[in-house]
Amino acid sequence: MESFEPVIVAFCCHYCAYTAADMAGSQRLPYPSNVKIVRVPCSGKVDALHILKAFEKGADGVYVAGCLEGDCHFKNGNDKAARRVDYVKRYLEEIGIESERLMMVRMSAGMGARFAQVATEMTEKIRRLGPSPIKAAAA
Amino acid sequence: MITAERKPLEEIIDYVKPFKRILLLGCNECVTVCAAGGRKEVGLLASGLQMAMLKAGSSIEIREHTLERQCDPEYVEELVPMIDGADAILSMACGCGVQQLAMRFKDKPVFPAVNTKFMGGSQRQGVWDERCQGCGDCLLGITGGICPIARCAKQLMNGPCGGSCDGKCEIGEDVECAWHLIWERLKALGLQDRYLEIMPAKDWRPAGGAGPRKIIREDLAE
Amino acid sequence: MKTDSYLEKVLAAGHLAVTSECGPPRGATAASVQDKAKYLDGVVDAVNITDNQTAMVRMSSFAGSVLVRQQGMHPLLQMVTRDRNRLAMQADILGAYALGINTMLCLSGDHTKFGDHPMAMNVHDIDSIQLIQMVKTMRDEGKFQGGAEIKGAPKMFIGAAANPFADPFELRVMRLAKKIAAGADFIQTQCIFNIEKFERWMEGVRKMGLHKKCYILAGVTPMKSVGAARYMKNRVPGMDVPTELVERMGSVEKEKQPEEGIAICVETIERLKQVEGVAGFHIMAIDWEEKVEEIVKKAGLYPRPQVQ
Repeated sequence: MESFEPVIVAFCCHYCAYTAADMAGSQRLPYPSNVKIVRVPCSGKVDALHILKAFEKGADGVYVAGCLEGDCHFKNGNDKAARRVDYVKRYLEEIGIESERLMMVRMSAGMGARFAQVATEMTEKIRRLGPSPIKAAAA
Repeated sequence: MITAERKPLEEIIDYVKPFKRILLLGCNECVTVCAAGGRKEVGLLASGLQMAMLKAGSSIEIREHTLERQCDPEYVEELVPMIDGADAILSMACGCGVQQLAMRFKDKPVFPAVNTKFMGGSQRQGVWDERCQGCGDCLLGITGGICPIARCAKQLMNGPCGGSCDGKCEIGEDVECAWHLIWERLKALGLQDRYLEIMPAKDWRPAGGAGPRKIIREDLAE
Repeated sequence: MKTDSYLEKVLAAGHLAVTSECGPPRGATAASVQDKAKYLDGVVDAVNITDNQTAMVRMSSFAGSVLVRQQGMHPLLQMVTRDRNRLAMQADILGAYALGINTMLCLSGDHTKFGDHPMAMNVHDIDSIQLIQMVKTMRDEGKFQGGAEIKGAPKMFIGAAANPFADPFELRVMRLAKKIAAGADFIQTQCIFNIEKFERWMEGVRKMGLHKKCYILAGVTPMKSVGAARYMKNRVPGMDVPTELVERMGSVEKEKQPEEGIAICVETIERLKQVEGVAGFHIMAIDWEEKVEEIVKKAGLYPRPQVQ
């Protein structure tokens, strides 16, 4: 367990979280390399299937990062994403995966520090939870 | 359309766990529109099943496929080349689709992955309400376009009962009183007098009371 | 006279009729029906025997009615369309009549959701108005609902319920008119607490001349406590208990509340006697049958007339 390095997939909206990640980089704010960023045109574009496939392929944690409330570039994609995340959380419990392994977060493009903080906190949380039961079963 | 909802994963697992190779079938019609059993839901179920089985220490081979319509034999025929590669079929279509498969592939176990619910309409995205019970003798022409059979909790043909309150049904505030709606419609159409006509006891034979129903169109039937 | 119903005779003779009810037990003990009914003997003209009321399983209203009949009293068989189809209902009507039951009340019944078998199917093959029609056809034409001839038609005095307090209010008189057109001979109303609203409803009834076409028995219920008053106000669908009455019940100490409830009930009857078109009273003292005599006496409705 000591050496467990979680794999975390972050679906980041191009208009906020992805830019915030850039900002974190240019500000030299460190965040764990465990977080693998997938850029999406809007958090609302993230489908339940994308999240599920991430877990199936070995992710220990997944989060969807969208814009602040009312700030979606496409009106309400972020709210749709939040509802979808809740839906997938329930499905994960049915499958036997702890729903805490999935999270919806919100931030703006200027929040480099918040991006780094979320990435760090999520990595720590998943580290405490241990490897995903799917990955453990496959090993 | 016919609406459906996925069964609990646990129940589906109980069906499929004795088998190694599963053919998981979606349908492009009603269950796609109500997000219960289309191509996307097939993908979600396959992924969830794979993970749940893996976690339980077993494995399963799932082939995903979605037919244009599971309730038509012509489309079901498409499955012939695939069928030998499967030990069992798991269908995400409504009950009509499941039975079509069972009829066609007589030696292959077929399981439903959804519960077929009702004939309904979409009120807004993600919300479907029951609208029709297929009673076989449509009354909508005399009830202002609102069905008391499908929408009154007591199926009153001469409502509303004494439990109608502020336009809501006594069984729950999220259920509209069908007879309140009918009355409002009759008023809007200037047909209040029609309310005083007593609707006679219904003949339930066309509704299924006379046994399973069938339609034969002589001009089309071969 | 359409039937041999004692209630019909009382009403036809121009007396203010009095009925009450007796809910059969949730068990197979005959004595619990008989004991309850004894309180009503000589106090009322007919005793309603409820049919799985509030959708809870109880001894059948048919059996309860027979027990009451055997005591020499006049049962009023309640029948809901929720639990039986038209075959079963007609069979019960034939059987009930054969055993001396000639008065009945046609209802649709509370939804099973409210009872102890929420998983049961609601039958509703026909509705209450169609049940009225069916009983009338059996009586007046000697025919079953399906059209075949009955050998020995049951002559039932046909009752129906009316709730003047449910919505939409403007439909409530019209629905009564439908029940009368279907063949209702008498009506028992929902418990009346809001007298002004009842009077408004009766105005509409008189405007259509409906009080001349059938007997309207005004329903009353004595409240046992302020808690019961609140419960009926807030929890019972289709019940209208004005806030003033709840406050009045609450204004007296707990031990005095039953007395206050009876006083309100008696006052209600006195006021309703003044309403043109009220032909009698239906006193629903739920699990409080022993108080009916006191109410009847205090309301000046005792002794009951003797009719032949």
